[in-house]
Amino acid sequence: MPEPILTIKNLTKKYGENVIFQHLDLTVNEGDTIVIIGPSGTGKSTLLRCINLLTRPDEGQIWLDDMEITAKDCDEDQVRQHIGMVFQNFLLFNHLTALGNVKLGLSKVKKMSDEAATEKAMHELARVGLADRADHYPGQLSGGQQQRVGIARALAMDPRIMLFDEPTSALDPELIGEVLEVMRQLALDGMTMLVVTHEMGFAREVADRIVFMEKGYIVEEGSPDEMFNHPKFPRTREFLWKITELYGKKETDTN
Amino acid sequence: MDFGQFISYIASGTVYTVGVTLIALPSGLLIGTILALLYVYGGKAAARVMNLYSTVFRGIPPLVLLFILFFAVTRGINLSAFWAGSLSLGIVSSAYQMEIVRGALLSVSGDQLMAARAIGMSRLQSIRYVVLPQAVRLAIPPWSNEAAIVIKDSSLVYALGVPEILRRAQLIGASSQRYLLAYLSAAVIYFLLVFGTTRLLAVLEKKLTIPSNP
Amino acid sequence: MLTWLGYFERFGQNFLRGAGVTLELTAVGLAIGFVLGLFLALARSYGPKWLQQVAGAYIAVFRGTPLLVQLFIIYYGLPEIGIAFSQNLAAYLALGLNSAAYQAEYLRGSINAIGSAQMQAGRSIGLSKWQTIFYVILPQALRLALPSWSNEPISLLKTTAIVFLIAVQDLMAEGKRAATATFDFVGVYLAVAVVYLVMVFVLDALLKFVERKTKIPGMDIETSR
Ligand SMILES: Nc1ncnc2c1ncn2[C@@H]1O[C@H](COP(=O)(O)OP(=O)(O)OP(=O)(O)O)[C@@H](O)[C@H]1O
Ligand SMILES: [Mg+2]
Repeated sequence: MPEPILTIKNLTKKYGENVIFQHLDLTVNEGDTIVIIGPSGTGKSTLLRCINLLTRPDEGQIWLDDMEITAKDCDEDQVRQHIGMVFQNFLLFNHLTALGNVKLGLSKVKKMSDEAATEKAMHELARVGLADRADHYPGQLSGGQQQRVGIARALAMDPRIMLFDEPTSALDPELIGEVLEVMRQLALDGMTMLVVTHEMGFAREVADRIVFMEKGYIVEEGSPDEMFNHPKFPRTREFLWKITELYGKKETDTN
Repeated sequence: MDFGQFISYIASGTVYTVGVTLIALPSGLLIGTILALLYVYGGKAAARVMNLYSTVFRGIPPLVLLFILFFAVTRGINLSAFWAGSLSLGIVSSAYQMEIVRGALLSVSGDQLMAARAIGMSRLQSIRYVVLPQAVRLAIPPWSNEAAIVIKDSSLVYALGVPEILRRAQLIGASSQRYLLAYLSAAVIYFLLVFGTTRLLAVLEKKLTIPSNP
Repeated sequence: MLTWLGYFERFGQNFLRGAGVTLELTAVGLAIGFVLGLFLALARSYGPKWLQQVAGAYIAVFRGTPLLVQLFIIYYGLPEIGIAFSQNLAAYLALGLNSAAYQAEYLRGSINAIGSAQMQAGRSIGLSKWQTIFYVILPQALRLALPSWSNEPISLLKTTAIVFLIAVQDLMAEGKRAATATFDFVGVYLAVAVVYLVMVFVLDALLKFVERKTKIPGMDIETSR
């Protein structure tokens, strides 16, 4: 029986009058990779930011394991340590080297000694294949390398779950593969991941479930086979067609 | 009196000019930074107050503000013209330095702050370790400009009787009846101070530049 | 506590007269500064090498030394070599010469932003170099410079406050007279500060208005930010 790591119940988010999503339910089990797809502006990024408490939902609850993180008395900073986040535009700390980026949370949040933090950070950099770039600044790294440092930075905190917000959509086509490869390896290692992406090759191969979101609702979710081959709703089929056509070229590159 | 004595009399005012600057500039930076942090991270009410402070203080001629502060301060406490003048200039400068720091904070903040919070750093830690180190670098060029302004504005304490470069030029100009030479000498010294300072800060800026590929 | 408000009643006439002189100083200084500043900017960007260097040195020197020193050189120093000005004339000159250096920098910034592409475009339709400068580059550059240039009138208005030190009868001089009459320096200068603030705010609103009115659609002015 798989254990749910993340449980979302009845989640609603508004910006002023503008309802981004409403009454949303989603469960992520330990070790699962969930891919979220959907047109622009449907609230995918907002959902991830709610899960990481970077913005507050208006209604509903989120549990991380047994802890309700939307509870009033919940320590946000504590929660965020356990939820890794990877951003579309990397958002590395520009004034720090790759090593410094990965180390910062370890020394300041986890209060590890400099030595221990360095060792752990180097381990994470090696994991994303960048041990030899440790002393490079973000400005000296390619986009793909920057994103891998971003992944290492999140991994270093030993999160229960990793959130990815379109991690490859700011990358040149030839750099997408290296990032997806790191993510695929993570999934194989048993990391629990919630990924917003339009890389259908990745979704097909790695996802345990695909969630199709539109206009603030989850239209349909299912295994890659169900979603690609027997979708229940015409909208799902339509969207998957369009997206596969748009991103189809890259797919053949990366596989 | 020979030319050497003439010049060195004026140049000895440099101690006061530099002194005024070294008090006014850092005190303005300290106040300005605190106010900027309040402006950016202190909520709506604080932002409104800081905005008023900035608008009013930057809307009044430095000389007028200097006089108000100087007479207000010396009415309350027994301070020398040098100290009262320097601190008053510091307060004048604080409004300008607040805007510099605020601009730098704003251009770093947003996303970088979010990324820092996302790995579990508190708001204060994020500002301290992620936003400020980057903001400082961005602030150097406009701050260098402000430093030059403060050096030049230090000549305003002339009006308070502090024996700085300009006052000494006036005194020796009067006694020797060679005003042109006296004031030209003063101009040269000021120019060297301003030029040297901005050069130094340009070197610092270059040193602190974060490496990146062209 | 608010006794200083009473000073407006007592010295209102004097303050108004002084404020008039202050505005006059600002206007004349700005005008001299604009004409000379424009010349300096053009000299720096398009002049022969030696003129570029002279213009550059002028700008560096006038921006690198206190206005007060420049004022004293003109008013107290120059008479020694036979060039004497009245107080007001010396003030106009010092403010204008000083402002020119700053205005030149604003203009040069926008001339550079317009750049060589427009020069090539102008030359390509057969305009001469100076025709291109006057009919193509300057109209755009002046408009482009307006947002940053509009700091200058306000900054100049504030710097005029120092010319009372050579006994020009501006607002500051009226303030000083009132202060010595009442012995309430803080109160009087507060009142004077309020008058300056009002002038600065009105001028600022005026400049913002002009900026909106002269906006060229689609021309981005925030390039330098
Ligand atoms: N801070 C905010 N304030 C107000 N509205 C916001 C804010 N952030 C996002 N929105 C709005 O919420 C809606 C959903 O945005 P979101 O970024 O979550 O969409 P998305 O599905 O991630 O789209 P994309 O594929 O473009 O990234 C958009 O209409 C956006 O304008
Ligand atoms: Mg998004």
